Amino acid sequence: MPFYLHLRLTAFWCFCLLLASCGGKGETEETGENPYVTTPYQLVLPSNLPQNVGIPANNPLTVEGVGLGRMLFYEPRLSRTGTQSCGSCHQQSKAFTDGLTKSIGVDGLAHSRNTMSLANVLWETTLNWDGAATSLEQQARIPIENPVEMHQLLTDGVRKLQQSELYPPLFQKAFGTSTITEDNVLKALAQFERTLISANSRYDLYLRKTGSLTPTERQGAALFNNHPGEVGGVFIRGGACHHCHFSETGLFSSPDFFNNGLDVSFQDAGRGGVTGLASDRGKFKAPTLRNIALTAPYMHDGRFKTLEEVLDHYNEHVQTTSAFVDPNVLLSNTTNGTRLDLTVTEKNQLLAFLRTLTDSSFVTDKRFSDPFKP
Amino acid sequence: MLLLLLVAALAFTSCSDTNKEAEPSSNALNIEVSHVVGSAALVLNSATPYTTPAGDNITVSTFKYYLSNFKLRKLDGTEYVVPESYFLVDEAKAASKTITLTGIPAGDYSALTFMIGVDSTHNVSGAKAGVLDPINNMFWDWNTGYIFTKLEGNSPQAPGNHGLLLHVGGFKTPNNAIRTVSPSLGGTTIQIRKDRLPTVHMQADVLRLLSGANTIRFAEVYNIMGAGANAMKLADNYAAGMFTVQHVQER
Repeated sequence: MPFYLHLRLTAFWCFCLLLASCGGKGETEETGENPYVTTPYQLVLPSNLPQNVGIPANNPLTVEGVGLGRMLFYEPRLSRTGTQSCGSCHQQSKAFTDGLTKSIGVDGLAHSRNTMSLANVLWETTLNWDGAATSLEQQARIPIENPVEMHQLLTDGVRKLQQSELYPPLFQKAFGTSTITEDNVLKALAQFERTLISANSRYDLYLRKTGSLTPTERQGAALFNNHPGEVGGVFIRGGACHHCHFSETGLFSSPDFFNNGLDVSFQDAGRGGVTGLASDRGKFKAPTLRNIALTAPYMHDGRFKTLEEVLDHYNEHVQTTSAFVDPNVLLSNTTNGTRLDLTVTEKNQLLAFLRTLTDSSFVTDKRFSDPFKP
Repeated sequence: MLLLLLVAALAFTSCSDTNKEAEPSSNALNIEVSHVVGSAALVLNSATPYTTPAGDNITVSTFKYYLSNFKLRKLDGTEYVVPESYFLVDEAKAASKTITLTGIPAGDYSALTFMIGVDSTHNVSGAKAGVLDPINNMFWDWNTGYIFTKLEGNSPQAPGNHGLLLHVGGFKTPNNAIRTVSPSLGGTTIQIRKDRLPTVHMQADVLRLLSGANTIRFAEVYNIMGAGANAMKLADNYAAGMFTVQHVQER
């Protein structure tokens, strides 16, 4: 393809432009079999979510790439048995989770952990419960190849896709070559995942002043964001949930990892398994709370079936003697107290607020659904 | 601005083979910060607790703070304000402990001044990008603004579950915790030249956050959540000598 054309079409992505402007060979020139033209995918960032997104320079979103990624996301040929796709565990109706305590792979074996939501992964700089992956391209390989998940080497999946009639032309359109590569499969999957933006909950409408919350829900939001303690002679009550589930970013997650006092000692090392540090043992990523009412059960091992159980944990059952437990879960609404000590009413207010994070348009958006189903 | 820098950095990186005329950054200064607890180096989650001058024990799990609005003053009194200089120094992130100031006019500087915290303007407006991005978990809201200094850990003297959460901030009178300091350079000057990169070796002492102007006892002060009297006590401590310059190294 003419180089200037490629340049113009991707000018939207300044990273890409700068790379290309160095005058080296564009990727398209090295791998292209036939001229191809991609259309930039116009990602619409909601005004109340961060406006900076970390899209890799070598994988700008294109209409063709996102469309291909959507098909691959729901493609069972990426599993050894041809029975599971990414969408098997990441079901749109459950905000891309599966409702299971621990996900079950193609061989009927249980994963050691609970399926995570994919809402707003565009902004996440750490992925998986332990941060083992830091980019969606890198992450996508893990469940495909994991023996307790889809259990097939990506290279075998690529061969199956190459043998199909469906995929080679789609890869040609998206990446300029009908020779399918592992990298391009991962890139397409990541492109699709980056479009999974959830920001139309009642809470979002409230923030954007196009909707309202009830007094109970607003009281719950205040408890979510308040750190309990005395200020200027007045005791402020709160759950300090925002210390780990950042509300100020609008993402309700954290790139960091926390020991939230689930156990005194941990079978699953969590972050410690990645870093090898004793102080990281039992630390897990604080996942997004968007659509949290749809993503039960909860915690890295799915131990809590309901949001009520989750609040009971933080309110009454934190293992305060757990090594390196995060001090933020040791707070109390009682002076010198050893439990969070929210009242039943306050817990109900928090629950009401958490339910405002459900985005019904996200879980029904046709752009995210299985393209192989009518 | 940060995005631009990133893009520029990316461009340089990707062009490094062909673009030989690109110069390394000149007229720069490095400030290397080391964290200590009295005479010992700070180790997060250390097995043995540290002891404060008042005799309380403390284990530190998080120590991070903003330094901003850097200024350098020449011997002749002229001052250079480093534009958009905001840094989040975090014990858990080694790279954050080296602050690089660039674009400084050549000359001999006898004073280094900076703010502990974030100026009031940036607490209420401006791009929340880079180190000022709320993703860094140092931002409350537009009303309370940024957490300037965060010290977390535990102490057997703290009541309840013995957790320590000292989140110091506030930019409004009478609870303005922003402090501007000029640690002594010990009579030396920082010589900024195109062909050298001096390094200021600076120490931040956790114990000086807990003592000095005000003695902090964890039995009473263990949970600070924003602007207020206790935050002001710690602010006065960090202003009174938490930061000291060990020496200026010319290179």
